[in-house]
Amino acid sequence: MTSGFGATGALTPLIIGDFLGFLDSIGVPVVQLLQIADNFAFITLAAIGLTVIFGMMGVINLAHGEFIMMGAYITTLSVNVASLPLPVAMLLGALGTAAFGAVIERTIVRRLYGRLLDSMIVTFGLGLILTQGTRIIFGNTLQSIGTPFGEVPGYTYSGYRVLLMFVAIAVLSAAYLVFTRTEFGIRARATIQDAETARAMGVDTDRMYTTTFAIGSGLAGLTGALYAPSATIVPGMGQAFLVESFVTVVTGGSTVLLGTTLAGGVLGTIDAIFSNLYGNFFGQLALLLTAIIVIRLLPDGLTGLAYRIRDKLGERQ
Amino acid sequence: MTLEISGLNAGYDGTPILRDVSFNVGDGEIVGIVGRNGVGKTTLLKTIMGLLDPESGSIQYNGEELTGKAANEHARRSIGYVPQGRDVFPTLTVRENLLVGETVGGDDETRYEQVYDYFPILEERAGQDAGTLSGGQQQMLAIARALVGGPDLLLVDEPSEGVQPSIVQSITEDLEEINDEFGTTILFVEQNLSVIQGLADRCYAIDRGTIVDEITGDAVSDQENLEEYLVV
Repeated sequence: MTSGFGATGALTPLIIGDFLGFLDSIGVPVVQLLQIADNFAFITLAAIGLTVIFGMMGVINLAHGEFIMMGAYITTLSVNVASLPLPVAMLLGALGTAAFGAVIERTIVRRLYGRLLDSMIVTFGLGLILTQGTRIIFGNTLQSIGTPFGEVPGYTYSGYRVLLMFVAIAVLSAAYLVFTRTEFGIRARATIQDAETARAMGVDTDRMYTTTFAIGSGLAGLTGALYAPSATIVPGMGQAFLVESFVTVVTGGSTVLLGTTLAGGVLGTIDAIFSNLYGNFFGQLALLLTAIIVIRLLPDGLTGLAYRIRDKLGERQ
Repeated sequence: MTLEISGLNAGYDGTPILRDVSFNVGDGEIVGIVGRNGVGKTTLLKTIMGLLDPESGSIQYNGEELTGKAANEHARRSIGYVPQGRDVFPTLTVRENLLVGETVGGDDETRYEQVYDYFPILEERAGQDAGTLSGGQQQMLAIARALVGGPDLLLVDEPSEGVQPSIVQSITEDLEEINDEFGTTILFVEQNLSVIQGLADRCYAIDRGTIVDEITGDAVSDQENLEEYLVV
């Protein structure tokens, strides 16, 4: 199976391998760093779609995991059935899930803004339908498409998983730029803060809600697409992302995209340490405990803490 | 005639607030709607802006019927809106707030220069979150945000509310100058006597959801005429 990444695909693990070898030679704990990087990528990518839909729009989307599953299925089927190159299949996975999100917003979610409990029940039901529907149509599992790039030379670590860390940073940066530097992003944030006033300023708020929800869905689909090569493709695969995603958004706090990045770093490190020492179960337990402690001590999440530190430093100068 | 309201009835969840409201605003005029708290002033402006669907009646703007059209469609027809309590977007910067107001104005940098001329403080604070501004500065921002859209008709809801008296005076003068310089028609609701007398060419008094009087010419500057509708 070709990875579809061409010459860059062959070079990437070599470059990463050389770089890691250099770090190892100067005494940096490379294996632990790789574990943290891998966890950072998983946690931030798991959360990125929810960051927009829950963090910005306030919709508790319990079908978030199934949106990720949908991205993974579209990607895998595009490679297995249509023989498309992996990057094209991944793009289709993201775009297909975005389009599905737009339809769901127009038909269902639109009626549920500001109705927290109702939206939880409806999206939970949507998740069940998507999981069972996928099982009925495609069976219990899909044939894996295989992980590109092989292992990082000198380490028993997947080169692709290392690459995902850089992809996670790129996706977070792109989402940040879209919502803070473009006219669309500023109008979308205005709509979410005060739809009535935004509408009076001429903003087509219905379109803003649909587009923002579609972007959140598309980002979830992209996460599924990115993990499709290295995950087991089953209808219930989205559940593995759900806990991490909510914990990350809640821990991150009010400035959601910055919060997801900070939370990804903190939670990724904690998960890596506890999983290494005591196994995955305790890694997950440590994540939940961290979330509880952060919410208890920092009501505004990690971004609230970051802003307080910034203000303190500002006062001193 | 710019704005012609006739037989307007509106309310919330079946509770009637406005009852058979009819009045008009001419091109380039400054018209005030005066009345006490809770008589339907804000409901009236929201209905004219399309934020509240009327139960019956007609809102004609430059000869076109506006009832049934969404607020963003009203904005696209060059109607600007300054909401009660300012309603600036608190976690957006001053500049980002203005950018939202520019949605219908096209990309016209000269409008930014014009509003910064009127309100220099906004240029100084362009990168600051709007929620951190004082009440008076937020009111200036709300007016500036409507102005960058290039409105022909400006609806202003209680510009004096929660603003210190010296700033109220300056905002009143600014609105008058905007009307002079750009020919912007202004319809405002207010219960502050000095704003009404400083600004209005003509007034309508509103009580219990209906227009009860029209005050024109020199009668606007006669305190007793207005107090009748303002004092509880």
